[in-house]
Amino acid sequence: MKIFVCLKQVPDTEAKIKFKPDGSGLDPSGIKWVMNPYDEFAVEEAIKFRELNPGSQIFVISVGPKERVVESIRTALAMGADEGLLVIGPDNLDAYSTAKALAEAIKKESGAQVIFTGKLSIDTNQASVSQMLGEFLNIPHATVVSKFQSSGDSANVERDIEGGAKEKIQLKTPCVIAANKGLNLPRYASLPGIMKAKKKIIKEYDLAALGVSDLDRKVSYVQFTLPAEKPPVKLLQGDSSAQVSELIHLLRDEAKAL
Amino acid sequence: MPTTLVFVEHQDGQIKRSSQELLQIATQNNQKTLAVAFGSHAKSLASACAQNGAQEVHLVCDSKLDHYNSELYLAAMSVIVEKTSPQFILASSSSVGRDLFPRLAAKTGAGIVSDAIALTFEGSNLKAKKPLYAGKCFATAEFKNCSSQIVLMRANQIPLTTVAAGAGQLVEHSLPATDLKTIVQEIVKGSSKKMDLTEANIVISGGRGLKEASNFKLLHDLADVLGATVGASRAVVDAGWVSHDMQVGQTGKTVAPTLYIAVGVSGAIQHLAGMSGSKVIVAINNDANAPIFQKATYGIVGDLFEVLPKLTEEFRKVLGK
Repeated sequence: MKIFVCLKQVPDTEAKIKFKPDGSGLDPSGIKWVMNPYDEFAVEEAIKFRELNPGSQIFVISVGPKERVVESIRTALAMGADEGLLVIGPDNLDAYSTAKALAEAIKKESGAQVIFTGKLSIDTNQASVSQMLGEFLNIPHATVVSKFQSSGDSANVERDIEGGAKEKIQLKTPCVIAANKGLNLPRYASLPGIMKAKKKIIKEYDLAALGVSDLDRKVSYVQFTLPAEKPPVKLLQGDSSAQVSELIHLLRDEAKAL
Repeated sequence: MPTTLVFVEHQDGQIKRSSQELLQIATQNNQKTLAVAFGSHAKSLASACAQNGAQEVHLVCDSKLDHYNSELYLAAMSVIVEKTSPQFILASSSSVGRDLFPRLAAKTGAGIVSDAIALTFEGSNLKAKKPLYAGKCFATAEFKNCSSQIVLMRANQIPLTTVAAGAGQLVEHSLPATDLKTIVQEIVKGSSKKMDLTEANIVISGGRGLKEASNFKLLHDLADVLGATVGASRAVVDAGWVSHDMQVGQTGKTVAPTLYIAVGVSGAIQHLAGMSGSKVIVAINNDANAPIFQKATYGIVGDLFEVLPKLTEEFRKVLGK
């Protein structure tokens, strides 16, 4: 059976964010790009699922600029995915266009039994592509998944919902599964894995061949700003009792936070 | 007058604060405000929706909607969107909102922006300000080529006030028959009855400075007095002291409460990104050079094991609890 993993490349969480001089977007100079952390759980879960289903194949697919995105695809191949698919596109495609491109590419590869994604990408925090992909492929989805099991034509999953609660649901496969932290512990790529990955195929698509045009873009970002500078911290003096009463006084009377 | 549909979430017969905010935002911006509520008890929310400005209250009073099911909610929401053709749809950036509305957007050709913190209505266009890179910067999202414009807002973004009440005309819809591929089998309640981190008005987070898992009790004691929710840094989540749903930061939850108290949290860049939108930040740490103090409003350099119990005790006296 075919297993797909959708991944996105994002700036490393350590990255300091700077803008282009005209404020039109991110200045990519000096940014280290990595696989979106939640997508690592997706790759790992796909590998575990393949172990239970011998003969299955894992295709890892990503949309973005070829020069850099190919690196994250190689990382997934080094972890153990079988084949890569790169949809060459701009670095700021919106969720709708991205999901449409992914859906069309997956259809061209004659579909998947399970599609794994991360629950969100840590750059825009949109958490949209997985559900849209489910809609475009007309298959069910489950987001924020921390447990996955599948046999026959169904999957049993646990989703993390608000307040630490969990929802146990059953979905018919094929389906889209959006991984949360806690689903598994992603493996590191081994040295032999990295060597093998160099020889694995990465097939390329362009957006036009998938029927995605500028008319599919529904959201764009403008007016980038940095958070306002905070005034320096007010350090409270004296022994701990004095600090505590001063803090309570400030929270009530100055900050009015209570 | 443009029409704005507000998806109303409720619990124990009450409209959630986050949904009340959305009704008020729409009404204050001269929208024809339509509320939508699901579930067997939805009708009891109608007058509260009207008080917050709803002209119409669209209901699907079906017990199948008492718990969230992605397919049933999508079916119900699609019916209402089709019948009301709203320019704008507002919902909370909650567990349900984030699961449901992207799929609705794909189904109806709408645009969607999640995690917004401010809205500007400009005629037939909506602009939504939101944090990117977990709050390291902000940008304004603009829509085009959309059937409708959907924004999911974070909770606690505006103070609640009194708005001109709407007519609150009831419109009932029935749930269309759906061939279900998704069945919700069980909801396992969390151990905490507290509000979710993303909705809480006060958050108290603990880090490695607490030395061991059992010392989180000190935070829970203070949280009980303040009605706060307890969060944590990534370091202690990875150490297995607390569960991931408590993690604040770029790979956890982004929070922006009125008051954020960081206890024994040094303030890694990923953590700061997840909480620096908080209105007032208090840091308690024994290391005066900890990065958390750069974001803090008030700082106590000291031993948290000495400071915390005193703080809890003093608050208890002051708040009369």
